[in-house]
This record gives sequence, structure tokens and C-alpha cells, in this order.
Amino acid sequence: MRLADFFRKKTSSDIAKDRLKLVLVSDRASCSPEILERIKIDIIHVLSKYVEIDQSGLDIKITQIDQDGEGGENSAPALYANIPIISMRHND
Amino acid sequence: MSEVIVVTSGKGGVGKTTTTANLGTGLAKLNKKVVLVDTDIGLRNLDVVLGLENRIVYNLVDVIEGNCRAAQAMIKDKKCDGLYLLPAAQTRDKSAVTPDQMKTLVDELRKDFDYVILDCPAGIEQGFQNAIAAADRALIVTTPEVSAVRDADRIIGLLEANDVRNNHLIVNRLNIDMMKHGNMMSADDVVEVLSIDLIGVVPYDEKIVVATNTGTPLAGDGSMVGNAYMNICHRIMGEKVDFMDLDAESGFFSKLRGLFRK
Repeated sequence: MRLADFFRKKTSSDIAKDRLKLVLVSDRASCSPEILERIKIDIIHVLSKYVEIDQSGLDIKITQIDQDGEGGENSAPALYANIPIISMRHND
Repeated sequence: MSEVIVVTSGKGGVGKTTTTANLGTGLAKLNKKVVLVDTDIGLRNLDVVLGLENRIVYNLVDVIEGNCRAAQAMIKDKKCDGLYLLPAAQTRDKSAVTPDQMKTLVDELRKDFDYVILDCPAGIEQGFQNAIAAADRALIVTTPEVSAVRDADRIIGLLEANDVRNNHLIVNRLNIDMMKHGNMMSADDVVEVLSIDLIGVVPYDEKIVVATNTGTPLAGDGSMVGNAYMNICHRIMGEKVDFMDLDAESGFFSKLRGLFRK
């Protein structure tokens, strides 16, 4: 990011581009919000066997990771999950 | 060597038909023999955009069903030598034709023309499948709006899945003023999002509406839009043409303003 960009207000075309990039990642991965929701429920289900999860702080989304740091054609979809753990369940 | 090009977009109303009409006109003006095939059965419009609606006798479905020969159904353009239209049927629907039948028809047309340009219907259903079945390459038309770009991305994926791999993007109806103020994505923005090669940018111009009113395509008339279409035609023929400088500002004050904006 250039210094000038830092002071520049985000224009609506910037917003359009950012929104498009996000929506295309899930379109291309054929991963609809419904499927993501099911993945989320399954992950909670599996992890709950071992740990106690803070479900309100759970954040799961499909993003794009740059394989060459450049973005564009060589970026691949990745499942990003941030799962806060309240406490470990011990079988005792 | 002849080439079969499909003009497609996914989203409706982005200018597929206008683009088809103008590219056909432009290529014909460059002394190519061109046939435009309207594959939008049931919702034909290429005839009115070209101003040929009063001359239709037979249509695409008639040819495919063997009611007439292709040569009987083709309409010669009013102004351009070497430009022909094969109109769609208006009283039938997309299921009247199969992809295989389209292929057979297009292979027939290939023999007589330098370019066969297929105007694809909106959507990704049967009409789209028919139109892309016979194509060697595709021109994807989009406007710089999120909905159109998103659909274009889907179309690019479907084209590749159907082995149409020589695909290029046309960014249509670019409002230069809005783009400069950051209120419309630039062609570069769209290309970055879609990662596909750009073959042309057509600026928004009220002239297009007037041209459609009267049924006279603008390609090659010397206007900015007409030139944009001609540039695309040259690039289709494999020539290297520089992209128009849409940022070019005229006048002293706008130049001065430009200095401060950076």
C-alpha cells in the first residue's frame, strides 16, 4: 500500500472490488453460505467432544491464500477458522 | 480459416446483442465475410438492433428442422457487404434446438464465412449450452458492476468446463466520469478480479441508444464507441492494437486538477 492510499477514503469502486473478490472465492469453491454453515455445525460437533468452545466467538470463512504472495491467478481457496476454546474437557 | 465466436455474459442486459451487431459490422467493414447467428430463440433481438426486422422470412429453427436451406434464411445487411444475419425463431423456445444440431449448422456456415458470431442468450441453461457447443472462442461481455462481473466469472468457469478455452473479456458501458471519481470499477479492476485477458473496453455513450433506436450499429463511424468496437475487431483478427487512453483529459484546468489529485 502506498502512503497516499493510506489517507485516501475508500471509494465505492474499491468496495465493489473487495466484495466481488470475496463472493467469487466462495462461488469458485462452490461453497455456498449454507454449506459453510453445515461445516461450522459439524466442526463444533466434533470439537465439542474434546474441548468446550465459545460458540459466539466462532469465526469460520472461506478466504484466499496467495501461493506466490502476488494474488491473482495463483491464489487458492482456504478454510479459515478461528475457534476460541473456553476449557479443555478431560475424561476424568 | 474461419472462426466461430460466441458472445456471452451470463447476466442479461449488459450488451451482448449490441456488441454482436457492432463486431459483425466492424469485421464486415474490414472486408471479412461474417454471419451473425441469433441463438436467443423466443426472445430474438439481433434483427432489430441491426435494423433487419422487416426482412425475416425463415429463421434458425426452420433451417435446423429442414424447412429451408441456410442460404434462404440468411438476411444480407442493408449497409455492409459481407454481413449476414441468421435470425432466431420468435414463436419457439430454447428446447427447439440441441447442441448437436447447432454444431452441425455452424460447421455448415463455417465453410462460407470468415467469422460465425453467435449471440448467446442470458442465463446458463439450454440456450447457453446450445450457443457455446460449436464455439472456438468466446467473448465475455460485462459491465463494471458487481452483479455482471460475478455472472461473468461463473460463465468463464462454465466455458472452460465445456472446453471453450480461448476466452476474452469486453468491459462494456464504462462510465469514464464515474470511474475517475472512484464510483465505478475500471476495466483493470474487473480484469484483476476475473483474471482473464481483456480484448476491449467500450465507454458508455448515449449514441448507442440512438443507434439502437434506428437500427444502425456504430462500429467504424469514427465516434469513440465506434472506434472501440473497431479496435476489438482488429484484435479478434489477431492484430495488436493499443488500448484507448480513457484517462486522457482535455483542457488546462482538468490537467491542473490531475496534478493535484496525485
